[in-house]
Amino acid sequence: MDILSVAVQNLTSAPVLAFALGLLAAAVKTDLRLPEPIYQGISIYLLLGIGIKGGVALSNAEFAEVGMPILGTLLLGVTIPVLAFFMLKFMKKLSVVDRGALAAHYGSTSLVTFTAAIIFYESISISVEGYLTTLLAILEIPGIIVGLMLASRGLRREVSWGESLREILTGRSIFLLAGGLAIGFLTKSTGFARIEDFFVVLFPGVLTLFLLELGIVAGRRLSDLKSAGFGLVIFGIGFPLLAGALGVLTGHLTGLSLGGAATLGVLSASASYIAAPAAVRLALPEASPGIYLTASLGITFPFNLTLGIPIMLELSRFLESAGF
Amino acid sequence: MLTNRKLVVIVVEAALEKRLSKDVISQGAKGFTITHANGLGPRNQRAGDLEGGNIKLETVVSDEIATKIMELLSTNYFPHYACSAWMSDVQILRDARY
Repeated sequence: MDILSVAVQNLTSAPVLAFALGLLAAAVKTDLRLPEPIYQGISIYLLLGIGIKGGVALSNAEFAEVGMPILGTLLLGVTIPVLAFFMLKFMKKLSVVDRGALAAHYGSTSLVTFTAAIIFYESISISVEGYLTTLLAILEIPGIIVGLMLASRGLRREVSWGESLREILTGRSIFLLAGGLAIGFLTKSTGFARIEDFFVVLFPGVLTLFLLELGIVAGRRLSDLKSAGFGLVIFGIGFPLLAGALGVLTGHLTGLSLGGAATLGVLSASASYIAAPAAVRLALPEASPGIYLTASLGITFPFNLTLGIPIMLELSRFLESAGF
Repeated sequence: MLTNRKLVVIVVEAALEKRLSKDVISQGAKGFTITHANGLGPRNQRAGDLEGGNIKLETVVSDEIATKIMELLSTNYFPHYACSAWMSDVQILRDARY
């Protein structure tokens, strides 16, 4: 399958089309919104489901197999935000604090992008190591901390580390992911078989519903693009390609499969829009949400969802054929 | 038997719920009520639609504590966050509670 047909197949998958429908809903200003409790319920379902599946896979994996990818992921978690921070220097109008805030977002990850990638890869028969979820949980945290540290160089006051760290660590995403991993690890394949219908068969459908909502939220951000400026659009598309390439390379060097390396690429390319904004808002009130949310949610998320996912797969194929 | 107190109402982005609750208590309030709130402000700058809009915190306190809360808001909240606050006179029963 060539890159174009993979891209078309991704663009015409139900979750991506639902996202497009959400964008359209925002553009024509319908009053469509997923009710708040349903949104909350679905996000708990997705986080826990991803966590449990990853935990089951972890229970079937050898430590030797998982050790190197974990190490590589930690390295990515520190490298990517530093890279983002220094590359953003070319945008003169951004303050150090805004650059740090962006670094925190791009250093962290997007669960939905990750989930969409896995579902898409599996739909075209490309298998992904189940323990990639562990890497998702690992990559979520260091980026935010490194970003906040970089931003604090531009501040004349102390950052409220305690409050922000608590927000990151006890936030729902990490808690449910880690908890799900533990549940999956302990219950193993036998226990998982009993809940599999709920968490596996229904999963793509629920994700589709969630992406409809995210399309609406991202669509509302699009109106901020004008004020954000052209440079931010370039960064929002260019940086994920660079970080994603690093991720795919790291995946191959640490022994992940074709699909696993592509997924690590998607993880590295993705930017957070739930965990990071909450932490950044508390720690760096000076940073403008109009910049970091617009970049991560309005530019990078749609880009990764539509083009980033197939591109990372092609990159992974290319590196594999090059002998990595 | 009615006593005069101040009703302080603060509307702030939901991300700050925990911080504001702690701050209000630390200034001497004995309790508060929080509800979710939607609306429009002059700047309309919000951390994100994802984690739920605004909260409205209401607390009934003495004049002195009301002033302390307002001062804290002026230094720590107004400069950077989407935050509105106002106070008014109210009459209450059971003054030991407030």
